[in-house]
Amino acid sequence: MRFDSLLDSVGNTPLVGLPHLSPSGQVRLWAKLEDRNPTGSIKDRAALAMIEAAEADGTLTRGATILEPTSGNTGISLAMAAHIKGYSLLCVMPENTSAERTQLLKMWGADIVYSAAAGGSNEAVRVAQQMAADRPDLVMLYQYGNPANVAAHYRGTGPELLADLPTITHFVAGLGTTGTIMGAGRYLREHRPGIEIVAAEPRYGELVYGLRNLDEGFVPELYDPSVLTRRFSVGLEDAVRRTRQLVSEEGIFAGISTGAILHAALGIASAIESSGGTADIAFIVCDGGWKYLSTGAYGGSFEDAIAGLEGQLWA
Amino acid sequence: MSIEVRIPTILRTYTANEKVVEAAGSTIAEVVADLEANYPGIGDRLTDDKGLRRFVNVYLNDEDVRFLDGLDTAVADGDSVTILPAVAGG
Repeated sequence: MRFDSLLDSVGNTPLVGLPHLSPSGQVRLWAKLEDRNPTGSIKDRAALAMIEAAEADGTLTRGATILEPTSGNTGISLAMAAHIKGYSLLCVMPENTSAERTQLLKMWGADIVYSAAAGGSNEAVRVAQQMAADRPDLVMLYQYGNPANVAAHYRGTGPELLADLPTITHFVAGLGTTGTIMGAGRYLREHRPGIEIVAAEPRYGELVYGLRNLDEGFVPELYDPSVLTRRFSVGLEDAVRRTRQLVSEEGIFAGISTGAILHAALGIASAIESSGGTADIAFIVCDGGWKYLSTGAYGGSFEDAIAGLEGQLWA
Repeated sequence: MSIEVRIPTILRTYTANEKVVEAAGSTIAEVVADLEANYPGIGDRLTDDKGLRRFVNVYLNDEDVRFLDGLDTAVADGDSVTILPAVAGG
């Protein structure tokens, strides 16, 4: 495959079967390897789409500074794309994120404002919105409410999945900004009536939920629950166990949120297998494991890995 | 019937700081009513006249009850109910 530039190579990722983790030849699991994008995560799709949409409608002009609240991956994708296109990037990121995220953001030239760990991404959103209000020169793309985020998956991820797996019965993905599952899910629902669209969201440690009151809760503007058929909350222990299982049984080296998604996918697969049904279950590998090596998630004792990740934003 | 209910930090002022409490009921609505009976005030934080509050997520054995039968979702002895505020990702 040949592309004119790195940005032209975003998307069109491989879909690979999981011969060892699939329950049988009738109930099959398929992994969409979004870690094959330029910065190693699915967020390259949304980042590029949001920048191109802002260029097209004139909100993003030469020399501008982009502002974005992010727990890491979107920031890293924006940093890469902004660097290539000649924009500056200012990220608001919770302080309880892995060291690699800061290193990658700085490598691509982004500036970082850290938000307090308590409240997680909700707090990063709040800080970024205040900064945007104070500084009209900043261009906030706002991944949680930007239709270009959803469109990237409606145009790309969804059609790619259907083309590679016309028999798809289930699509399982994470639920951060909800962009992936809204876009790909909506496309798949339109073209595969009866398909199940399943969300797996991370269940974090207490710190992240330490909001001052319930009114500080956050539901992304992009979220439309009618696209989903089921939604699961997956704890850190299940996510790490599955992340390790994915590499030991299938050789796929993925991040922790992928482990959470795989946990939901395996639960569905197991139930269908027990009932004697058939299924083709595709799930998203959101990113590779590289950014999480410092957390100890992949080696050493399971208990140490959990202790190392507790309190971090791992999705 | 005994249901284990996990209470988020933000609502533990109602449960004398208990992280996990026991509740009875055969549906989520009955569990909420039982919580309210034992921890007055907590019910109003979880539901309003339209059902579950917007920023409150309730999971039955890790599955969001909004995609089951909502407050009418049946629960059984030994089930685990987790209450969490909605948070962002990305």
